[in-house]
Amino acid sequence: MPKLTIDGREIEVEAGTTIIQAADQLGIEIPRFCYHERLAIAGNCRMCLVEVEKMPKPVASCAQPVGEGMVVKTNTPVVRKARQGVMEFLLLNHPLDCPICDQGGECDLQDQAMAYGADKGRCQEGKRAVPDKDYGPLVQTMMTRCIQCTRCVRFISEIAGTPVLGGLGRGEHMEISRYVGAVVSSELSGNLIDLCPVGALTNKPASYTYRSWELKKTESVDTMDALGASIRVDTRGNEVIRVLPRVNEDVNEEWLSDRSRFAVDGLKRQRLDRPYVRKDGKLVAVTWTEAFAAIADKLKGLAGSKIAAIAGDQADAEAMVAYKDLLTALGSTNLDCRQDGAALDPAVRASYLFNSTAAGIENADALLLIGTNPRKESPVLNARIRKRWQKGGFKVARIGHKSDLTYKYEDLGDQASVLKDIAEGKHPFFEVLKNAARPALVIGQGALSRDDGAVLLGLARKLADAAGLVKDGWNGFNVLHTAAARVGGLDLGFVPGQGGKDVAGILAGAAKGDIEVVFLLGADEVEMAALGKAFVVYQGSHGDAGAHRADVVLPGAAYTEKSATYVNLEGRAQQTRLAVFPPGEAKEDWRIVRALSDVLGKPLPYDSLKSVRERLVKASPVFAAIDAVTPAAWGAAFGTEGALSDQALVSNIDNFYMTDPISRASKTMAECTAAFGGGCNHKHKKTGTHG
Amino acid sequence: MSFIDRTTRAFLLTELFQGLWVTLGYMFKPKVTINYPYEKGPLSPRFRGEHALRRYANGEERCIACKLCEAICPAQAITIEPEPRPDGSRRARRYDLDMTKCIYCGLCQEACPVDAIVEGPNFEYATETRAELMYNKSKLLANGDRWEVELAFRLAADAPYR
Repeated sequence: MPKLTIDGREIEVEAGTTIIQAADQLGIEIPRFCYHERLAIAGNCRMCLVEVEKMPKPVASCAQPVGEGMVVKTNTPVVRKARQGVMEFLLLNHPLDCPICDQGGECDLQDQAMAYGADKGRCQEGKRAVPDKDYGPLVQTMMTRCIQCTRCVRFISEIAGTPVLGGLGRGEHMEISRYVGAVVSSELSGNLIDLCPVGALTNKPASYTYRSWELKKTESVDTMDALGASIRVDTRGNEVIRVLPRVNEDVNEEWLSDRSRFAVDGLKRQRLDRPYVRKDGKLVAVTWTEAFAAIADKLKGLAGSKIAAIAGDQADAEAMVAYKDLLTALGSTNLDCRQDGAALDPAVRASYLFNSTAAGIENADALLLIGTNPRKESPVLNARIRKRWQKGGFKVARIGHKSDLTYKYEDLGDQASVLKDIAEGKHPFFEVLKNAARPALVIGQGALSRDDGAVLLGLARKLADAAGLVKDGWNGFNVLHTAAARVGGLDLGFVPGQGGKDVAGILAGAAKGDIEVVFLLGADEVEMAALGKAFVVYQGSHGDAGAHRADVVLPGAAYTEKSATYVNLEGRAQQTRLAVFPPGEAKEDWRIVRALSDVLGKPLPYDSLKSVRERLVKASPVFAAIDAVTPAAWGAAFGTEGALSDQALVSNIDNFYMTDPISRASKTMAECTAAFGGGCNHKHKKTGTHG
Repeated sequence: MSFIDRTTRAFLLTELFQGLWVTLGYMFKPKVTINYPYEKGPLSPRFRGEHALRRYANGEERCIACKLCEAICPAQAITIEPEPRPDGSRRARRYDLDMTKCIYCGLCQEACPVDAIVEGPNFEYATETRAELMYNKSKLLANGDRWEVELAFRLAADAPYR
């Protein structure tokens, strides 16, 4: 471990650390453009020059490994002069359009020009101009502003794994561009905007609508997929302008998927902002009192067994526990939060968690993907798997529809019988798992929501036991969820109680007339036609399939409009925070249930968010440990045995850009669908030099 | 001694005649009062009066909705909503100026990178109702069109000192 001195302060760091990393550890700030701690080192901006004793010239601290006894000075006249020179060169060709640049106010170049820029330019010649490139409907380019740091090139090839960008030309003529025929369709392309230190790449849907200093920033959690990435919601007035990722090493590092980032314009469209009741076949706007009265009328004298509730993919834990308590009070046990009918076993918590955790997947050394396309189901998690793959010594195999996952994997076909072979030790990949120190499997909702989902789950369990996926300090059994509400719902027990019906049972019952009232809590993915003549109460934020079918519509809040708890796929309870108020008369979801319970004469025993959360903690201790993973014991066996169908295993997500009511209402996501289809397809056309 | 001096002056009305002499002197000097509103006094090129939004010579409005004036305004009198115009340029959809809040500090014109918002020479814009003092973009642009000659002259006159 070399010891070095930076600005008179001694520090001992691991060999191979660069000077800029050592300085970061000490909290000494060195300006940089091209260096980024998660990307490969390029050393091309030269802004991070420092003086090192016994070295003849200033050195680029990002690319210089530390040496024993080095004496580094980051703030000397030589260093300042060198950085001023670099800054002058960078500004030679950078346009003076800060007032119209969306990066203005949060621009690295702007900030550092304040520290190292001259008060006026000395260059009398004209500036160069670079034609803009088409980076698709998400990323606005203004290539004249580019300072060629190549962060975007490194991100798109290293992290996103879709090498479509590169630099053309040299020196002043260098341009960043797409490869011929390639499109920037990476599902992580929004991160280019965050990485760009200048305004060359900016947010296209929000372009020219905001300035960074006027936005109110609220730290929250994403609910567009089950990973629950940490986000920051930037709002102005009562409008969500943009969503940015927050650094959270345990969950999303600092990346965010495009759907989570750009679907926010869906929060302004198709909103339910007042209650509706269906009268003569048409939904008519009514007051809350009338809407509640309509429900109370219908429920009067109805047996509990004729009432059911289905929770959707973005329902928060508070609303689900309130619905659970209400239905229990009404005498019903027909509850389900698995609207796709996934065969998840609520009895054994380990059977529905991503047990190795998102950060933990980086420790795995063999991985089997079963009926899942992590790239579409959780792109940020997929980037983690890719990160692990890049380190080497990581064998990945996949049972399921073949597609590009940005890393190499062994394709084992798409038949469920392959899983049976592996579980029984008849397949060569069984040995790979068995011999690995930390083997893991990921089973997706595409597999679990099939008719033989429970059998597949049982086989996965069998494989986990046989191949030693669960050992001391390691649990490699992972379920990849696609719904943010799912784990929370299973944890608090939003599942059929004693004699209760699950989703399939509820739908069958509704068709037969056994179930007369169905509450849909943001559930838009169930087969609406199957609800038959049942009286449907839809509570949610968007006018999607559920609201169209509903007899009573109760306007709820979207995830940016409430303080709510979600449990991510690892079993990590996280809380969103209210960034804007719900539109019109819409309310926080648990408050609606609380008010409804009063009208129905079965008042729920909580009046404040605090007391609902206390109730949640009583339902499961998971909700007491906010932001921490509550690990699950491996426990009893789960899944069933039986015959396998010979259907192909496919992911449950077809179109990455539209999976939920918010993204379906989003214009940006519609543009992406039009431009990229279902997403995750960056293959370029043959160019003639293709061998 | 001083007693005699003072008494003599008092009896000879010296102070009175001194005062009358000053009065007589002013009778032959030019008058400082003017017959407002028919006559008006001179204004400095830096006088900060009613606001205007200027245009370029080709008729294109200068304001690019950068919001710097909104950010710097100490009275928070300015409200801007930017939007991308169909041709891709950044322009203000809305530029509202509450003249009842404005304290005429001139920071908006200092902040403006394109000399779009300026405080002009006009100080005669009293209105009968309060609502008329809530200026919008079209009113400010109309002001700019009306006063452009003066505004350009003032900016040119002040340019050497900037």
